[in-house]
Amino acid sequence: MSATVKTAGKTVGWVDDRLASSNFLKRSMGKVFPEHWSFMLGEIALYSFIVVLLSGTYLTLFFKPSMIEIVYNGSYVPLKGVEMSEAYASTLDISFDIRGGLLMRQVHHWSALFFIAAISVHLCRVFFTGAFRKPREMNWVIGVGLLTMALLAGFAGYSLPDDLLSGTGLRIAQGIMLSIPLVGTYLSFFVFGGEFPGTDFVSRLYAVHILVVPGLILALLTAHLIMVWYQKHTQFPGPGRTNDNVVGYRLMPIYMAKAGGFFFIVFGVITLISGLVTINPIWLYGPYTPDQVTAGSQPDWYIGWLEGALRMMPNVEWNIFGYTLSLNILVPAAIVPGIIFTIMGLYPWIEQWATGDKSEHHLLDRPRNAPVRTALGAMALTFYILLWVGGGNDLIAAFFDLSINSITWILRFAIFIVPPLVFVATKRICLGLQRRDRDKLLHGFETGNILRLPHGEFIEIHAPVSAEERAVLMAKPNRPPLPAVEEVDENGVAMPGARAARLRTKLSHFFYADDIPLPTREELEAAEAHLRHEVEEAAPVVDEDRRLVPAHDGSVLHDPAND
Amino acid sequence: MSHDNLPAQTSQDEQAAIAAATAALPAHRPRRTDVDPRAARRAERQIALMFLGSALMTVLFIVAFVVIPVDQNVYIWGFGTVNASNIALGVTFGLAILLIGTGAIHWSKKLMNEKEEVQMRHSLASTPQDRESAIEAFDTYSADSGFAQRPVIRRSLITAMALFPIPMVVMLRDLGPLPGTVLRETLWQKGSRIVIDPTERPVRPSDLPIGGLISAMPADLPEVQHEEGNLNARAKAAIILVRMEPQEIVSQQGENWDYGGILAFSKICTHVGCPIALYEQRSHHLLCPCHQSTFDLADSGNVVFGPAARRLPQLPITIDPEGFLVAVDGFAEPVGPSFWERGDA
Repeated sequence: MSATVKTAGKTVGWVDDRLASSNFLKRSMGKVFPEHWSFMLGEIALYSFIVVLLSGTYLTLFFKPSMIEIVYNGSYVPLKGVEMSEAYASTLDISFDIRGGLLMRQVHHWSALFFIAAISVHLCRVFFTGAFRKPREMNWVIGVGLLTMALLAGFAGYSLPDDLLSGTGLRIAQGIMLSIPLVGTYLSFFVFGGEFPGTDFVSRLYAVHILVVPGLILALLTAHLIMVWYQKHTQFPGPGRTNDNVVGYRLMPIYMAKAGGFFFIVFGVITLISGLVTINPIWLYGPYTPDQVTAGSQPDWYIGWLEGALRMMPNVEWNIFGYTLSLNILVPAAIVPGIIFTIMGLYPWIEQWATGDKSEHHLLDRPRNAPVRTALGAMALTFYILLWVGGGNDLIAAFFDLSINSITWILRFAIFIVPPLVFVATKRICLGLQRRDRDKLLHGFETGNILRLPHGEFIEIHAPVSAEERAVLMAKPNRPPLPAVEEVDENGVAMPGARAARLRTKLSHFFYADDIPLPTREELEAAEAHLRHEVEEAAPVVDEDRRLVPAHDGSVLHDPAND
Repeated sequence: MSHDNLPAQTSQDEQAAIAAATAALPAHRPRRTDVDPRAARRAERQIALMFLGSALMTVLFIVAFVVIPVDQNVYIWGFGTVNASNIALGVTFGLAILLIGTGAIHWSKKLMNEKEEVQMRHSLASTPQDRESAIEAFDTYSADSGFAQRPVIRRSLITAMALFPIPMVVMLRDLGPLPGTVLRETLWQKGSRIVIDPTERPVRPSDLPIGGLISAMPADLPEVQHEEGNLNARAKAAIILVRMEPQEIVSQQGENWDYGGILAFSKICTHVGCPIALYEQRSHHLLCPCHQSTFDLADSGNVVFGPAARRLPQLPITIDPEGFLVAVDGFAEPVGPSFWERGDA
């Protein structure tokens, strides 16, 4: 027994004496995880978050969350002698007077951007592959919660340094708060400790940024991971992979090395980028003052969609009974995001209800095999991207020398017209791919071998798809739409809930009626026989030695391979 | 954790299912390193080299930390002039971390025993018997408490539980003062002298050429700001002065609120409060850089484009006996973003 094993044995023994952990340890080390590149997106999010925590903890040692005005006397010459808040001054100190401070600030900012980007792409992966279906609905909701918290954490952190850009962002947030009916003004006065900007907000936001939100993220993240562990990871269809098993590599050693190594890669890449690429150079923006702003003010990318919504909304404001309802702010900043996140959170149940599918799913859908879901996702993404483009309308106008008014007007219409078009196109593309899959099963794939028959005809040899591909194609689920419901019983009495049932049938048709069914067994057998037959009758079979076997009628054929 | 209640041995059905799935797996293709010992040794060297490279980078990081002054700049082609300390620390630390990762993954891909395996999932739901017995147990235990049988206790407890969080909300009351009417008030009042921001110089009409724009504030702002120790007054009092030919003025918010073609408007956007200063002098349009609300200063500051719903409030101005610009009165309507209690004015 080697020394390492002995030590390990002793440790395990010590823990086991107190926690009876050996069984758990054994099962966990041997736990199998399926492998796919897209499963790493969530990992990137997790690892970036760890980097955010590490770098953020470092920053708290130097950052002073105070809005007390002081005169800057640090080593950044252009701002020497300028009055600014302590928050801004300490951020300058971190950037210019503390060795490694700038690096850590940039690591913090870059990893936060990575975190939100990875969450967003991970969410798309989970959506488009149907990984949110039963039994993982709760984890989907937790994921939506994590995204919300991540956006909040990002915005709060962005606002802390009290530079001109972040202060402008806060001013916008405060303007949005004021638009909330009934309580908005009070909310703003309580949050800011009076009028904007006051002197309380940065220290209050600091508590939210370093304690409340990260605490919530940690709690949600833990629940998220425990559920993934407990329910086991989903897997893509393939040979040997069923809804009842998990095929992949053991945690130890492969996943420990791969996932552990991947953490270091994510961390390393973020650090390298932070060393090489400047992010959020607050010293160029200057300290915040409420009467100055720079042209081309832009939030971080993940707030761009909200910014775009604000920019695109027409200026509707109502005055009713002496009170003001600012729909021009309320709709884009509160109502639309509220609807988006609610629909997102409820989507697993919406789809479940519409399709009547209450079974457990551990095998992922290929996006083409759920055309309506895929098309809905593409539609939502288009909507998001158009909002995002709206957030950059000034940059687009400046860069392409276009009128900002026409860009805004085009977007105001496009936001309603383009997403449905994308829906239709995506659904058609999915159905086309389904047809192609069916075609491949029935006619095999085109080998690229062109043969000339004795009478001069050219044919291309088709060969059956490989066993692996066949397993993938054959895993397409067969999902007939729900049958029409009997709306009256034999006595002519209307069934209770008939309207809901009718709607549900309609929805399930909407989801699945156009699906291209897999070939039946008979069709497959006939196709297989035909493939064999075609080869035997019309064309020679190429044997293992790549020599020609003559066709049935003994004709001599030309084989390009032997030229 | 997940299947403590299951027998340690997998059932025969399960073993059969695992065997069937394993048989269906694509055959394991031996890697080069599996069959060629030289390739394996090469991989081993590569991995060790990466780990050693990481260690070296850590040493270099410490050297860079100690040696390079924090304010040292350096020109690097493709990056421009950058902070030498930041780039050296970032690159060494980044590589020290990255190389551990690449080494570990290279190791797993080239040398670790990789074998695809099959494990069975088990139903996540408990058996119906388990569920029933859980519900039964719950019923028994809750009966022991008498929660259901003693409505007086139950209701009084619910009342207490519903009320006790209220103090936590009430205590938030002192987060800030009540709004009152302060959102309608600014420092501007009758006779307030207009001074240039930030030089604090009073403005004569002749200081402002036709087509010009300057940012300005009330003369007492710096003092008030100093007294209050915050920027609240500034956030409301900031104005811009523009000058155009008097005949170009289509309309104003009040009769003769200009002074010889000089108009004063609030600088704070009526949308969500960004300061506005992008002025297009030929069209007299003022554009907010945040959300592109556009106001026509020659036409009462009305909104001509964008999400803002209200015109920019105008400040009536004239000159004092000394010939400096002053406010005739305060703003007639609240400046800045709308709020619920604002109403039509």
